[in-house]
Amino acid sequence: MLDRAPAEIAKDTATRRVRFRGAGFVPASSRFGGWIALALVIAIWQAAGSTGLVNPLFLPAPSAIAHALYELAISGALWQHLSASLLRIGVGWLLGTAAGVAVGFAIGLSRLARSVGITFISALFPIPKIALLPLLILWLGIGEEPKIATIALGVFFSTAISVYSGVDAVPRNLIRMAQSFNVPFATIVRKVIWPGALPAILAGFRITASVALLLVVSAEMIGAQYGIGAFVLQAGNLMQTDQLLAGVVILSVFGLAVGKVIGWLEIRLLHWR
Amino acid sequence: MDLIANHITHRFGDLAVLDDVSFTVGAGEGVAIVGPSGCGKSTLLSILGGLLQPSSGAPELRGAPPADSLNPLTFVFQDFALLPWATVEENVEFPLLHTQLTAAQRRALVEDALRRTGLTDFRQTYPKQLSGGMRQRVGISRALAVKPAILLMDEPLSALDSQTRELLMEDFVRLLADGGMGAVYVTHNLEEAARLADRIVVLSRRPGRIREVVTVPMTRAARAEAAAREKLLALQNQIWSLIRNEAIDAEREVQHA
Repeated sequence: MLDRAPAEIAKDTATRRVRFRGAGFVPASSRFGGWIALALVIAIWQAAGSTGLVNPLFLPAPSAIAHALYELAISGALWQHLSASLLRIGVGWLLGTAAGVAVGFAIGLSRLARSVGITFISALFPIPKIALLPLLILWLGIGEEPKIATIALGVFFSTAISVYSGVDAVPRNLIRMAQSFNVPFATIVRKVIWPGALPAILAGFRITASVALLLVVSAEMIGAQYGIGAFVLQAGNLMQTDQLLAGVVILSVFGLAVGKVIGWLEIRLLHWR
Repeated sequence: MDLIANHITHRFGDLAVLDDVSFTVGAGEGVAIVGPSGCGKSTLLSILGGLLQPSSGAPELRGAPPADSLNPLTFVFQDFALLPWATVEENVEFPLLHTQLTAAQRRALVEDALRRTGLTDFRQTYPKQLSGGMRQRVGISRALAVKPAILLMDEPLSALDSQTRELLMEDFVRLLADGGMGAVYVTHNLEEAARLADRIVVLSRRPGRIREVVTVPMTRAARAEAAAREKLLALQNQIWSLIRNEAIDAEREVQHA
């Protein structure tokens, strides 16, 4: 356009539509796209297994995994392993979350707790908690306690960090507003800081659920007779890859279920967003 | 009840923000605080309302507040400061929750405040569903619910479009009309100051000192009349001439910062 003579530009009276340039870069997904892709991958996988293209020892077909799951379910072994893991995760997650929420709020609300707490959390958070399991076994014996303690420790640090980050992120203007009405400290915590920090706390729950799952499997692989981690390890040792992958599927379903529960909680509790 | 700024000086570290500011807001009086950007207007309001500790001097109250006042000094914030997870009704009730009032008394106060601000039909609405003007109405409603003696308003209209500003300005004029409630009104907008205030405190550039206190020579009711427009405009020009050069300096300072 710049190289056209002014006289030529003046003569050009034809109308042209402005080209649309704003397409793309929208974080949206189609409703069924993910499911179709998943079904497609499973179908290809099944076809590769059925035609003998892939050795079933290295990668059993989805139908073999489903059959292994069915066998596990009717034999009762699935519930035995699953219940052992769920108990460990449940107790460990609850203990770690309770302590993490309490410490996170203390750090978020108290200058003293912040200076002490952040120092310890910064030093201890990067340690892979599974590395502490042998020490915890030494301290607590070889029963359920060290496994639960490992999960609780892993959950505690992530929860404490997400809670105090959530408290820090509560808009200060809301706190000043409450103070300007002489609202007492406890009411400010209950009515302003808690709901204000809740989005970060629930986001933290997503992370800690994954941490708990990771740690329960690791801990069960190190020292447990029952549990999904122990089952997966045992199946691997016996080259029963269909059972191994059945265990992996159970873990995946469990992770998805927890994600759904947290998503439901977010919809219920954060409907105002 | 009078609110007194008693030799208030404030510094943020090495930065002197306010220098020996003294004035009195009488019962039922409207006082506007104007001045160039960064002169410490909002800082002064925070100090007057007890949200910021001054480096020296103090805000003081003289006389008893009205018997029914639950929070004699009550803020209306520029950014509304509404709880996003609470409905309009819950936001208005929020400052009453910790008082000794019964649920029925609280309901009555909330009802009255919602009615006075035209929010009765929006009680179950969440802030995100409201326009800026309606959000500020919720902020005003919340302030009215505690029966303030003096409203402390920190640029309450600056985040709003001009039409909404005009509508809310009319509301403010109506609220202050009976003289029962005083107001300290921080603003950049000289027209708002001239329409709302009985006196206008003009602050100098940082550190903010009182440069002049201008009395608006007519009642608020008279200001709505067409004949008053010229006088108000002259008053705005008078104040603008006081702060114009410093406003230019302040703008350049911001640009260089």
